[in-house]
Amino acid sequence: MSVESSETAVALEKAAAKTAAPDHSGMSSALRRNLSSPWASAFVIILTVLWTIPTLGLLVTSLRPAEEANNSGWWTAFADPVFTLDNYQEVISGGDTIPGGILPYFINSFVISIPAAMIPLTLALMAAYALAWVPFRWSNAIFLLIFALQVVPLQMALLPLLQLFNLGWFGLPPLRDLVQAVPVLGDWIWPTGGTSFMPLWIAHTMFALPLAIFLLHNFVSQLPRDLFEAARVDGASHFLIFRKLVLPLSVPAIASFAIFQFLWVWNDLLVGLTFAGGTVDVAPITVYLSNIKGTYGASLHLITAGAFIAIVVPLIVFFSLQRFFVRGLLAGSVKG
Amino acid sequence: MDNASKLALMASVVLVFFGVLLLVLFLAGRASGRWQTPLARLIFLGPAALLVIIGLVIPAIQTTYGSFQGPDGKKSVGLANYEWIFGTPDNWVFLRNTAIWIIVTPIFSTVVGLVLALLLDRMRRESIPKSLIFMPMAISFVGASIIWGLVYEYRDPAEEQVGLLSAIVSLFNITPENWLLWQPWNTFFLIIIMIWIQVGFAMVVLSAAIKAIPMDVTEAAMLDGATGWKLFSKVTVPMIRGTLVVVLTTIAIGTLKVFDIVRVMTNGNFGTQVLSNEMYAQAFVQFDKGRGSALAVVLFIAVVPLIIYNIVQLRKEQSIR
Repeated sequence: MSVESSETAVALEKAAAKTAAPDHSGMSSALRRNLSSPWASAFVIILTVLWTIPTLGLLVTSLRPAEEANNSGWWTAFADPVFTLDNYQEVISGGDTIPGGILPYFINSFVISIPAAMIPLTLALMAAYALAWVPFRWSNAIFLLIFALQVVPLQMALLPLLQLFNLGWFGLPPLRDLVQAVPVLGDWIWPTGGTSFMPLWIAHTMFALPLAIFLLHNFVSQLPRDLFEAARVDGASHFLIFRKLVLPLSVPAIASFAIFQFLWVWNDLLVGLTFAGGTVDVAPITVYLSNIKGTYGASLHLITAGAFIAIVVPLIVFFSLQRFFVRGLLAGSVKG
Repeated sequence: MDNASKLALMASVVLVFFGVLLLVLFLAGRASGRWQTPLARLIFLGPAALLVIIGLVIPAIQTTYGSFQGPDGKKSVGLANYEWIFGTPDNWVFLRNTAIWIIVTPIFSTVVGLVLALLLDRMRRESIPKSLIFMPMAISFVGASIIWGLVYEYRDPAEEQVGLLSAIVSLFNITPENWLLWQPWNTFFLIIIMIWIQVGFAMVVLSAAIKAIPMDVTEAAMLDGATGWKLFSKVTVPMIRGTLVVVLTTIAIGTLKVFDIVRVMTNGNFGTQVLSNEMYAQAFVQFDKGRGSALAVVLFIAVVPLIIYNIVQLRKEQSIR
C-alpha cells in the first residue's frame, strides 16, 4: 500500500463516481457525432476483441474433451464442435490426474475471504468514527500516521508476522499457542500440529486497515454534524450513535469497499502462499492453481477448467455489481 | 476438516465477532457519563490501532533491522545483504527486469487506455467495449497467467500448434518460438499480461477525467479552429494531466509489487526474475531472512519516490485551481 494511494484513492473515488453516473458534459452530442469515425469504431472493436479472446480461449478449452483440448487449438472447436463438462467434474471432485479436486480450495477461498472482508471493514468504520467524531489531542496525528502507513509494502510485513504466528515475538509465546490454549474452541480454530485460517484472517485484516480507515474516514466525516449533535443532546451514547446512525448510514460506502476487499482477498496469492502453506485444509484456490500449474500444466483441459472456476466468482461480481465494483476497485486499486 | 465444518467455522467466527462487538457496544453504552468519551475512544480506535501497530509498524521496523542481519536473523552483517543485491552480477538480471517492467507497463497501459478513452468518448455504445476491456481487472494474476499461458503454449513445429500466438505466427510461415524460454523477449511476454490487466484501469479513470473537461473549454478551442491532434495535445492532455500522472504512478507501484505473474509463468527462471519474486524466493525458499528483508526494504525505497512524486503532482494540480 502507498501513501499516494490515499490521495490517488480520493481522486479515483471521484473518477469512479463520475463513471458510475456518466455525464456527457465533455462534449455535446452534435460534436460527438462529428468526431466519431468508422475507423475509430473499428479500432475499438478490434481492441475489444483482442482483449476478450484470451479469456474466451480459456473457457472454450475448458469445455473440450481432453484429447482435443491438448492436441488442437481451441479455435478449431468452432469447426468441429465437441463439448463436455467432464473436465469440470474431474477438477471439482477429483479424478485420476488431480486427486482430491479443487472444491476444498474453492471453499477455503470463501472461508478466508468473507471474514477477511467483513472484520476489517467493521473495525475500520469504528476507527473512522472515533477519529472523525470523538476527536482528542492526538486524533490528527493518528490519522496521518495511518495514512502514511500505506507506503509499507506487504512484503515488509510477511517475515515478522510469520514469526509472530508460529514462533512469537520478544520471547513471548506465539499466537498459535495462545489460540490453542483456549479450551474447546482453540483446537477447532487452530488444530494441534495443523494449519489454521486464523493467520490469514488476521493478516488480511491488518493489511486492509490503513486504506479502509482512510476511505471510510472521508465518508464518515462528511455525515451531517446536526445529526450527531441532535443525538447527543437526546442523550444517546457514542455506542448507540454508532449502532443506530453510523452503521446504517455507511452501508453504501461499505458496500463498494467490501466488494473490493472481498475480491482482493479472493485473488490474492502472496498472503495465501505465505500464511497457508499449500495444505488442503486452508490454502486458497489461487495457491492451489499456481501449484497445479506447475504439476499438471500440461493437462490443458484440467488447468483451464480449474482457472475458470477460480475466476468465475470475480466475474459474477463484476458483471452483476459493476457499479459498486468499479467504485471499490478504483478506490482500492493501489492496495498491496 | 471437511467442507461443511469449514463453512460452519467461518459462520461461527463471523457471528462471534459481531456478537462480542454488539455486547461490548451495549455494555459500554451503560457506562456513566464521565467515562463514556474516553471509553468510546478506546473501544472504537483500540482494536484497529493495535492491529496496525502489530501488523505494519513493528514488522516494518523488524524487517529494516533484519536487513542488516545474517540468514537466520541472529548475527549482524552490516551492509552485506545490500552489497549482495547490487554487487552480484547474477542479480542484475532481476534488477534490469524490474526496471523494464516499471517503465514499459505504465507507459503502454496508459497510452492504450488514453486512446481507448478518447475513442470511446465519441462512441455511442461505449458500455460494452468498456466492460469487456475492464474485465481483466476482476481476474486474479494467477487466473490471468493461466489464460495467457494458453496463448503462449508452444508445441514442436512438426505438430499442430495449440497456443494462439504460435498458431498465428505459423500462419505467416514463421517458426514459432518457445515464447516463455525465449530470452530476453520472454519478459515482454509476461509484461503483456500486466498490460492486459491495467489498460482497463487506465481507460476507466482517464475516460472519467475526459468527461469532466468542461464543455465550454472544448467548444472554445474548436471555435478557434483546434481539431484532431491539436485539440488533443493542446486541450485534452493538459486538462487531464493530473489524472495521467496518477494513473502512471499507480500502475508503476502496482507493477513494482507484482509477483504472481512471474511466479506462476516462469517462477523467475529463464532470465525473467523480478524484485518482488526474488524477495519471496530468498525469504521463503532459500530461507535467507537477511536477504529477503533487504529486498523488501529495497522495494519499499523504490516505491517512496513514486509516491512523493504523485503527491507533489496532486498538490500542484490543486494549487492551480
